[in-house]
Amino acid sequence: MAASQEPILEFKDVSLRFGDTWALRNVSLGLSPGETRIIFGAAGAGKTTLLKAVIGLVKVDEGGIKLFGRDVTSVGETALFPLRARAGVLFQEGGLFDSLTVGENVEYPLLNQTANRQSVLHDVEGRVRDALRFVELEHTYDQFPSELSGGMRRRVGIARAVVTEPPLMIYDSPTAGLDPITANTIMALVAKERDVRNSASLIVTHRYQDGEIMSDFRYDQQNEELVALKSAGDEAKRDRTKFIVMKEGAMVFFGTKQELESSSDDYIRKFVRHGDE
Amino acid sequence: MLGSSNESEAIPGGSCLLDFLTTLVSSFQDFLFLAGRAFRNVVRSPHYYDDVFMQMDIIGVGSLPIVIMIGAFSGAIIALQMARALSTYGASSQVGTIVSLTLVRELGPVLSAVMVAGRNASGIASELGSMKVTEQIDAMRALGTDPVQKLVTPRLIATTLMLPCLTVLADAVGLVGAYLISVPLLRLISAGEFWSTSWRALVLNDLAQGLLKPFIFGMIISLVGCFYGLRTTGGTQGVGRAVTQAVVAAMVWIFVVTLLIDKVFVGL
Repeated sequence: MAASQEPILEFKDVSLRFGDTWALRNVSLGLSPGETRIIFGAAGAGKTTLLKAVIGLVKVDEGGIKLFGRDVTSVGETALFPLRARAGVLFQEGGLFDSLTVGENVEYPLLNQTANRQSVLHDVEGRVRDALRFVELEHTYDQFPSELSGGMRRRVGIARAVVTEPPLMIYDSPTAGLDPITANTIMALVAKERDVRNSASLIVTHRYQDGEIMSDFRYDQQNEELVALKSAGDEAKRDRTKFIVMKEGAMVFFGTKQELESSSDDYIRKFVRHGDE
Repeated sequence: MLGSSNESEAIPGGSCLLDFLTTLVSSFQDFLFLAGRAFRNVVRSPHYYDDVFMQMDIIGVGSLPIVIMIGAFSGAIIALQMARALSTYGASSQVGTIVSLTLVRELGPVLSAVMVAGRNASGIASELGSMKVTEQIDAMRALGTDPVQKLVTPRLIATTLMLPCLTVLADAVGLVGAYLISVPLLRLISAGEFWSTSWRALVLNDLAQGLLKPFIFGMIISLVGCFYGLRTTGGTQGVGRAVTQAVVAAMVWIFVVTLLIDKVFVGL
């Protein structure tokens, strides 16, 4: 299904240098609705720069980036705002506005994005409560971000990212610094978002389990839980998730989970959790 | 040494001076760029009216007590000083004229602007600086909203509209302060004579510069506060540095612009 659809994102030979250091080097990738890209890499490998380049927060030196069919490298900041409004972004620490309540944070994209403003003004609170219910935090509506735990802030960040129902979701280290239980809860929400809305996902992470969840599980809406994909018959669903490993700005691996696990490259194998670990 | 191709090496500190001047010009260029975007957004959608009214409340209503207090005391102080000086020449009856001209032309606009700069340029710089170092500005951009439209333009509109109002109030309260010193306390002139000379002293030129100055100062205070806030780097220490720079720069610009406006109006 995804293959027949227009790609949401296309990178073509994208390069960017900060002084003598390559932040991105000849990076090419594509992303269609319902697909997921899991990005691994050591610190400074260019993962976050890649995410920022997607929505034009950093300008690249060479190559082309098409987001929703528009070249983000050749348009000005003002022209980028409507494109960014179609992408939900979860920042590493949630990126919440600390002077606003949880409810005000989640309603922010609805009230401030030109593209979404007019269509939802009649039911902002309803949409906000739906988004908070999605991450099971409706009770925090009137609280401030400083009153929440790290995991809860991350979930509010997800609620803010999904409230406009964007076709592209960008997650920057959604599970960094969280305990395994909270991390799995977050990843379950990420998988739920992908499967319920068929959104495309770009995920930077250091946890191999995050990739496993996206690759090997799907969200069952009826029972409201993650279920494992079958080994036979669910290949197409499993193939929606591809793994990328970055090193010094370059993509040194692109492939499925099986291909990743069978790699013999020492650098790539560092990001794979093996059965005996 | 003159005409040497490597002058900066030959003159100790030459390259440092060049770097300093380059940074200065580059900063001023960035400031003009920010100002241009902020002014352009005044007429462009979306308009964040809620933010404008909230800033008008914070900047205008919030600054009211201090501006009124400073206005009253400055009027009283001028009257007190002038009473002594004028009595030397037997011109005590001119106290209303002197206070009125001094307050409306210079002290009302400048002192109000200095107070608002101290209070609001610092507030704006610290608020935006904190947002910058905690990546909330980047979050705003990523969420598809223009930080200049959302944060700078409302503050520009609010300060530019509220400072003239505050100045008019400061002038009025200053005259009351001068009246209290001149009439009931020192009994220099009668109440009617005080108000009559105060009013008659003012011509259109005085009122024009008395209103034009706070209008321009409002733009300077808000834009300088936003400029230093948005370019904050270096964590909480950087926020402190941005606040100091914003207040100092705003005050320096207030006095520079006062001189320029005076030069224009004195010639009229």
